Amino acid sequence: MALVAIYSLFIINKSGGLIYYKDYGSAGRMDTNDSLRLASLWHSMHAISQQLSPTPGCTGIDLLQAHNFDLHCFQSLTGTKFFVVCETGAPNMEMLLKVIYELYTDFVLKNPFYEMEMPIRCELFDLNLAQVIQKDRVALLGR
Amino acid sequence: MIGVGKAKQYANVLDKPLSRGRQEVSLSAFAFLFSELVQFNQTQVDNIAELERRLEDAGYAVGARVLELLCHREKGNRRETRLLGILSFIHSTVWKVLFGKVADSLEKGTEHEDEYMISEKELLVNRFISVPKDMGAFNCGAFVAGIVKGVLDNAGFPAVVTAHFVPIEGQQRPRTTILIKFAEEVLHREARLG
Repeated sequence: MALVAIYSLFIINKSGGLIYYKDYGSAGRMDTNDSLRLASLWHSMHAISQQLSPTPGCTGIDLLQAHNFDLHCFQSLTGTKFFVVCETGAPNMEMLLKVIYELYTDFVLKNPFYEMEMPIRCELFDLNLAQVIQKDRVALLGR
Repeated sequence: MIGVGKAKQYANVLDKPLSRGRQEVSLSAFAFLFSELVQFNQTQVDNIAELERRLEDAGYAVGARVLELLCHREKGNRRETRLLGILSFIHSTVWKVLFGKVADSLEKGTEHEDEYMISEKELLVNRFISVPKDMGAFNCGAFVAGIVKGVLDNAGFPAVVTAHFVPIEGQQRPRTTILIKFAEEVLHREARLG
């Protein structure tokens, strides 16, 4: 089994609902209900962290480091959150999240058949996302 | 207009020369505008055929104007009278001005004499659009088909133009073909001209 840097990708809308979930790892595959629950959990934690911050102007959690995984989160100006669960110490995750955000703005937001805040069902988004992840994986293994 | 310096003031706006205009427009801006056009028409219709027809009508208006503009700008007001002439005009000049590149290919239909096809790997208007499965064979390229129809009709070559997805083996995304079916009179005239 190839070395997988990314375990999963979540995209949540501004009210905390899960609109996209993709699992890349062989371990820890969860069903729909669990992923929905996790997404709203993360949304709440992200919001609470902004209140807890000792300095003003905090925009929420960017990185969560645990014993055997990292969680990188990117929040757009509109409140849509992209977060990826990856192995510890995986490089360039922020860059990857930005690229995924760009794919989102291109293939989801410019799609006339996509309803805002609804689950993402866009073929082009899936195709291009798979290509980006694959390229990222190849780059990682190549070094 | 803000901040526009004019070299020479014209007394009558009709005397001003036609500018070449901005050659390029932001793709994102166009994509959003087109997306809104599709969404708006979706709210006005009950079925997919109706939606395709509306997009075609929108394209028809564009085609008519583009023909006038390009005849003046590119071809020095010469008029195409031959079938192959107008087809290659659409395939190269119109496509270049609208989409920044010439169309991938122009073919004559093998089954019928009156059918021609312009193929494109992926139409510019469809670049960001993923049609949901429940809409069947709907293609937003109907807009481009309307543009072609507008150009042909106003140049004196009435035709029925439609856009189709053609799946290709070994490729995930299907190619798009604009199918042009000319009216009887066009073929008769073409035959008469020799």
